[in-house]
Amino acid sequence: MPRTARDVVFVDGVRTPFGKAGPKGIYHETRADDLVVKAIRELLRRNPDLDPAKIDEVAIAATTQIGDQGLTIGRTAGILAGLPQSVPGYSIDRMCAGALTAVTTTAGSIAFGAYDAVIAGGVEHMGRHPMGEGVDPNPRFVSEKLVDESALFMGMTAENLHDRYPHITKQRADEYAVRSQEKAAKAYANGKIQQDLVPISVRNTNAEVGETGWGLVTADEPMRPGTTLENLAGLKTPFRTHGRVTAGNAAGLNDGATASIIASEDFARENGLPVKMRLVSYAFAGVEPEVMGYGPIPATEKALAKAGLGIGDIGLFEVNEAFAVQVLAFLDHYGIADDDARVNQYGGAIAFGHPLASSGVRLMTQLARQFEEQPQVRYGLTTMCVGFGMGATVIWENPHFDGGNK
Amino acid sequence: MSTTTTAELLKGAAELFPDEVVTQAHVRHLDLPYGAGKFALITLDNGFDHTKPTTFGPGSLANLNTALDQVEKEAADGDIVGVGITGKPFIFAVGADLKGVELLKRHEDALAIGKGGHEVFKRLSGLAVPTFAYYNGAAMGGGVEVGLHCSYRTVSKALPAFSLPEVFLGLVPGWGGCALLPNLIGADKAVSVIIENSLNQNKQLKGQQVFDLGIADALFEGADFLEQSLIWTANVLKGDVTVERPEIDRGESWDQAVAKGRFIADGKVHGAAPAAYRALDIIAAAKSGDLQAGFDAEDQALADLIMGGELRAGIYAFNLVQKRAKRPAGAPDKNLARPVTKVGVVGAGLMASQLALLFLRRLEVPVVLTDIDQERVDKGVGYVQAEIDKLLGKGRINQDKANRLKALVSGVLDKAEGFSDADFIIEAVFEEIGVKQQVFAEVEAVAPAHAILATNTSSLSVSEMASKLKHPERVVGFHFFNPVAILPLLEIVRGEKTDDASLATAFGVAKKLKKTAVLVKDAPAFVVNRILTRFMGEIQNVIDEGTPVETAEKAIEPLGLPMSPLVLLELVGPAIGLHVSETLNRAFPERFTVSPNLAAVVKAGKRGFYVYDSGKPELDPEVAALLKQGDVVLTEEQVRDRVLDAVAQEIGLMLDEGVVAEAQDIDLCLITGAGWPFHLGGITPYLDREGVSERVTGKKFLAPGVASVPA
Repeated sequence: MPRTARDVVFVDGVRTPFGKAGPKGIYHETRADDLVVKAIRELLRRNPDLDPAKIDEVAIAATTQIGDQGLTIGRTAGILAGLPQSVPGYSIDRMCAGALTAVTTTAGSIAFGAYDAVIAGGVEHMGRHPMGEGVDPNPRFVSEKLVDESALFMGMTAENLHDRYPHITKQRADEYAVRSQEKAAKAYANGKIQQDLVPISVRNTNAEVGETGWGLVTADEPMRPGTTLENLAGLKTPFRTHGRVTAGNAAGLNDGATASIIASEDFARENGLPVKMRLVSYAFAGVEPEVMGYGPIPATEKALAKAGLGIGDIGLFEVNEAFAVQVLAFLDHYGIADDDARVNQYGGAIAFGHPLASSGVRLMTQLARQFEEQPQVRYGLTTMCVGFGMGATVIWENPHFDGGNK
Repeated sequence: MSTTTTAELLKGAAELFPDEVVTQAHVRHLDLPYGAGKFALITLDNGFDHTKPTTFGPGSLANLNTALDQVEKEAADGDIVGVGITGKPFIFAVGADLKGVELLKRHEDALAIGKGGHEVFKRLSGLAVPTFAYYNGAAMGGGVEVGLHCSYRTVSKALPAFSLPEVFLGLVPGWGGCALLPNLIGADKAVSVIIENSLNQNKQLKGQQVFDLGIADALFEGADFLEQSLIWTANVLKGDVTVERPEIDRGESWDQAVAKGRFIADGKVHGAAPAAYRALDIIAAAKSGDLQAGFDAEDQALADLIMGGELRAGIYAFNLVQKRAKRPAGAPDKNLARPVTKVGVVGAGLMASQLALLFLRRLEVPVVLTDIDQERVDKGVGYVQAEIDKLLGKGRINQDKANRLKALVSGVLDKAEGFSDADFIIEAVFEEIGVKQQVFAEVEAVAPAHAILATNTSSLSVSEMASKLKHPERVVGFHFFNPVAILPLLEIVRGEKTDDASLATAFGVAKKLKKTAVLVKDAPAFVVNRILTRFMGEIQNVIDEGTPVETAEKAIEPLGLPMSPLVLLELVGPAIGLHVSETLNRAFPERFTVSPNLAAVVKAGKRGFYVYDSGKPELDPEVAALLKQGDVVLTEEQVRDRVLDAVAQEIGLMLDEGVVAEAQDIDLCLITGAGWPFHLGGITPYLDREGVSERVTGKKFLAPGVASVPA
């Protein structure tokens, strides 16, 4: 049968505030599935024109699919969120690019005509599920030297990337991190972030952590506004003595969830749904696992090539800040300045946090807001590095684009 | 005017209740959404999971009082814009801790509990900022009331149980419920919640109903109830949401509602228990809108009721059905029970068919009916299938479940075919010992060696029934009460030779049937029928001797039984009543008589003493013509004494004979098998407090404090 690929759009995205993983974190007594369920419910509340029965799929990513992140969380979250039983769901894993992959995989299916509208998102509760929980790497990885032993430890891969690009110094990484905190604080002050946050009720029964009882989380916990270079200079380098990667120039260990509505453009328009971004192209690429932070570069090359665009066409960048060095490697590759105004305007994961499989949709939600504000920009991209040596890039078009004549 | 502070009052009360499970009142601060400001949220939490719901004792109230000290100051200082109160997961709070109430010995201590609760809860309406209750989960009694003192309330759609159950137990909602609720939702709805639901087997409301009644101002789904409640709170505080409540009708309808409440109470307790009437008095007075007067009246009513026998009997009865019913006294180790994977029912008459339906629904195993001809078998199976269809029609089960159940029920003529692989076979054939012995012999010949043979006999000897079998050790009595689907009691009878494994299996089956099992000795008519027959027999005696029927019936009204003796006789059926009295007359001729008048009524084919042509029971003229009475006319009081003396004597003898382990089991049987009311505590607490037990047996049935104010 003849078939036409359909345009796919990002309708809306929300997320929970991100928390610090661990016994003192705001979500220590909160289940992972509840986080993503509440994000999905907020998305539906914000988009009453979307009939839940018309949702064709719920794709939810999690890196560690155990316990409250297991049991095919896309399906269970749909039921828990109150979606009709007729709406199916599944789970996705591409580590840090989980939610991004949830978006691209369902987007591909929408373009193909299998779906009209989906929920795509991700969750990672790194407090309940520490990185590496239950992993069992094949011993051949080491015996046959398929990957370097450092490949499984993300902080070590970041040190490896500093080795590859000696001109990316700790000083540059720290400066970048300070700017990320500054931009995030400014975005908060201007109310850019809060508009897409879902308040989450949290319980604390441990008096040593703080006030006990029920509370409400309305802001990201990891933020450190006012961070200075001096603050960062003294931090330990836990992955290597005399290393460069610190808790200050990397994203932390975090808990959080995101969710988005992805639809065919026709469906969105027919149902009166907002169109915040139009999907142009996406690509994934593999790199040496021990320098996984390099991944966004080949992924972006591929995505640009598929779109027939050059880097100069991209007016806004949302680069996931797993590590400052990985962002700087990307910027250097394209000859973009460390403080280029097009990059991570609201700050990034160094400030907000990076609950692995959830982060992709955070990048998109922020890019969508920037598109709204900047109709002179036509294209933007979201990109991230992925564990075990991968990169992921999605290029988006601004539906508010005014022709650049303003 | 007392100078005692609330804190001192509660401290004193707490000393009387050292074992209280104390609820903490955690205060946590949060930023409301939309910049609505800083908010203090109080979480009520006793530190256990939802299986141990949060309650209020004096120590818990003191904790809430301390939390309110803190937020009161913050509110006064302008540090916070509002105060909320909610519960731990799944539970808001389920009210006063009854264990603490049971311990109270003095009127002034009881008064202190009422006053203490009021003094603490009232503060919620007196803060400098608005207050919000978030009913997140089960809320009862004082739990409901703490929220009623707040300015606003939200409720979760997932909330499974919400009630003011005090009247059910023998109290009044005494921490503001009687005064506040009618002023919030009107007298008519308040009477429904406080009186009607309580007296209707303590009916619980769900979240949607709490909202529909107007008790809560907003309803949110369970998944993000607290988040949405706090967002709503922010909107209320910012003025973006205005709460509008309908005007309360303080006209004639208020009095009509109270009158309706009295009518309901009369219908249920016939004036015999004071709680409902005390609550209605306060609701009636609440029409003035004077809350403090209402609170004071609540204090007095609480204290009076706490010091009264009806409440103590009510708590005793509540504990019997909640606790003792779950751990039957004298039951063998449950690990001895054998699995039951198929059930046989001998007989396919109405009783047998009802039993088949019950086993089918609760055990969900194959159930096979047998009878003496195909027509009866078909009728029995047809009844069960029709009942399954009714359940399906009412939406109680779905089509899949209906298909499953229908596939599990079958009927055969040949017992060998039906019972060769059954684990549990119950007979419900004609009540004649020879017939039953014959049936069991036939069943034993074809049933597996391990199968339990159970009898639903109401008055025959289980041991005698088993006596001719090769394996009498597997025979148990399994005596249900009509209507089988409604009355919870199951008397499990141990025959002389019944072994522990068979008995344990019987108790295991009873539990799966969701019945209240009580172990009874193989004594004539067991427990409920023996007491009811003695009770009815004595009434019949005084009628036969010459007391008018009306006087005899009226004499029993002060007990507040669910129905009058002769209406009960009609329900049981005069022929069955006569049959049981004949059985007991053979066993105990000195105490159980066979009434010639009853025999005449049965012989005439009458189904009861009354006709209902006028809508009310009136003595059937045809029955009146049959009655041959003597000339001894007793007063109501004399009738009552004679009847209660007879009941007390019989219970005393039953305990001496060891028919049951303790008087508590007698009461549990009467509550769950005959529907005798909580305020009587079954019957022995009432006999004790009215002095009947001592008059008849020389001592009380229960130790002081068990179902009475402790010494």
